[in-house]
Amino acid sequence: MLQPLTVRPARSAGESRIERTLSYADAIREAADQEMARDPSVIVFGLDVDDPKAIQGTTRGLLDTYGPERVFGTPLSEDAMTGAAVGMALAGLRPIHVHIRMDFLLLAMNQLVNVAAKTRYMYSGQVHLPLVIRAMIGKSWGQGAQHSQGLHSFFMHVPGLKVVAPATPFDAKGCLAAAVRDDDPVLYVEHRLLHFQQGPVPEAPYAVRPGKARVTAAGEDITVVGISWMQVECLRARHYLAEIGIRAEVIDPVWLSPLDLNTIAESVEKTGRLLVVDTAWTCCGASAEIVAAVGERLQGIRDLKLKRLGFAPTTCPTTPSLEELFYPNARTIAAAARNLVEDADTGWMPEERPELQEVAFRGPF
Amino acid sequence: MSARLYRLLYRIRRVEEEIARVYPTDRIRSPVHLSIGQEAVSVGVCEALEPRDVVFGTYRGHALYLARGGDLRRMIAELYGKATGCTKGKGGSMHLIAPERGVMGMSAVVGTTIANAAGYAYALKFRREPAIIASFFGDGATEEGVFAETLNFAVLKRLPILFVCENNQYAIHTHQSRRQGTPAICQRARAFGMPAEQVDGDLTGLIQRAREVVAEVRAGGGPAFLEVMTYRWREHVGPGFDYHLGFRDEGEAAPWIVADPVARLAAELRPTERARIESEVAEEIADAFAFAEASPFPAAAELTLDVFKEEHHVAATHREAGAECW
Ligand SMILES: Cc1ncc(C[n+]2csc(CCOP(=O)(O)OP(=O)(O)O)c2C)c(N)n1
Ligand SMILES: [Mg+2]
Repeated sequence: MLQPLTVRPARSAGESRIERTLSYADAIREAADQEMARDPSVIVFGLDVDDPKAIQGTTRGLLDTYGPERVFGTPLSEDAMTGAAVGMALAGLRPIHVHIRMDFLLLAMNQLVNVAAKTRYMYSGQVHLPLVIRAMIGKSWGQGAQHSQGLHSFFMHVPGLKVVAPATPFDAKGCLAAAVRDDDPVLYVEHRLLHFQQGPVPEAPYAVRPGKARVTAAGEDITVVGISWMQVECLRARHYLAEIGIRAEVIDPVWLSPLDLNTIAESVEKTGRLLVVDTAWTCCGASAEIVAAVGERLQGIRDLKLKRLGFAPTTCPTTPSLEELFYPNARTIAAAARNLVEDADTGWMPEERPELQEVAFRGPF
Repeated sequence: MSARLYRLLYRIRRVEEEIARVYPTDRIRSPVHLSIGQEAVSVGVCEALEPRDVVFGTYRGHALYLARGGDLRRMIAELYGKATGCTKGKGGSMHLIAPERGVMGMSAVVGTTIANAAGYAYALKFRREPAIIASFFGDGATEEGVFAETLNFAVLKRLPILFVCENNQYAIHTHQSRRQGTPAICQRARAFGMPAEQVDGDLTGLIQRAREVVAEVRAGGGPAFLEVMTYRWREHVGPGFDYHLGFRDEGEAAPWIVADPVARLAAELRPTERARIESEVAEEIADAFAFAEASPFPAAAELTLDVFKEEHHVAATHREAGAECW
């Protein structure tokens, strides 16, 4: 079994060993619970947040503890409910608006982009907009064209929105707390497959500071940046690369906006090679932005080899035979990394290791 | 009573006429959507509100801002793009705000503030505050999906909100009859489960009805809907007129101009009283425009301030390479 990606609260004071293990989904639940307990202005709503399945458990128990005024399912009205969330935030509440698929944010784009992102600026800082949007990226089991999109770059594009995509249970908890405490709108991106990840999570409340990336594995030969679920795949790829003597440094940006370019560029200055892997398309995507920003920063300072990996430039199919080809995985990431390091199309593809492939998710949804 | 109302109405009318007069000089560089002819809607409904109540409006929001007591100097300075404007020259005519007067926002995207208003109303109810919300929007906005979605949510949660549809019958140049299968806006509102009624543009009648409806909303009766019939005298955006475009004619406007509440109230006043009000308003307007003229433009550093609360992050990103992450 693959070692879970362990993150220690390096930037929070105190303990260095965390005894307790929690799933990513439970870490979200705990963060929401603790923030609601701490601050009575925090409320949670969205389609079905109060139903028996409680959004894969991420909202379980909140209704019982905090009641229907602070935890409620909404009408199927993404546009108006996002607009209402903006109004609530203007009035001093701290709403967490939950979407079980990021695809549904497209119905809320006006309120997110035209209103939420602009409000502080166009009212010259006279108002705050402490709003959290939780949005899930689906994958596997035939989620298909409209239940699988990673659209986070849409939001990175727009000044006034923060975007966070935690990859570990530790960051799932700390980033949600940070998002809730932030006085600006934050899009909180969770990958459906990450919900099953287990990892160390402190019991006490804590927040992960916006705008700081993590070096999740040290290496000398190539910098591999993995976003959201692709962080897991990149750490797996690192094992394949180690077999052939390539030492990859893996970075988790955690926050896509504000993006910690310094940490990534520092690593690339050392390795001279950058592979960015996203759970989204590459064109105009987060991977494009990171590669471009690093290129701008290091050109003329360092010879660079740059590459992006992401969804195939097509619509996500449902059949497993094609779906498998749609996504980067640990092996294709390793192969791309080797080609970059050796500056050649080596044709290499590692032999599959089952322990580097296991995924906890089965359908139907 | 009528002297006070006359001052409110006349002041808005004169402010906008002055905006229209100055506009061709290009010192106002903000698209202006004038409310000339429609002032009574904002004044009438706001008469029924209390200071703690909150309003949301649209890009056609000068009248609402002023009816709520928004600062005139800061509004004109905003139109001039000056640092002393109500949003330091960042929002312009379409995004006036006066939080101290409960004016919490206006949007250039049709319909959007309807949902924001409902969210604000949810927060008020949640905190058991006695205040209510009034959400102003046009007849065109009722065609947006967010209108229907919001009315449903407002009824579901029995929100303390008054929806005010300012029906001037036009969305830009297109008449309501060419946009709506039936003009029955109130029926649509009722179908969601709230009381709705149409009132004409008469100021006294509007104030009286608004008071009654506001009292019901404040008493916890849930949302209510008023469709106020009115007419836009000028072009959709800009200082001029649009009758020459041929989509409407002055004959259609004539009865509205005859019934103009500004003129009607003026006729009720003693000439000396009227003259006093008018000269005071003229003085105030001259002062506001002079203030705007004399005010400085915002400093260059303002360009990237107010994107996030943590200004230095924005500034750092803007300075790009070499910047420290905060
Ligand atoms: C979502 C959206 N669509 C289109 C426009 C362009 N537009 C600006 S004002 C307007 C007409 C709106 O009419 P109405 O709601 O009746 O308000 P009025 O201008 O009459 O006050 C339109 C279509 C817009 N600003 N926003
Ligand atoms: Mg209209």
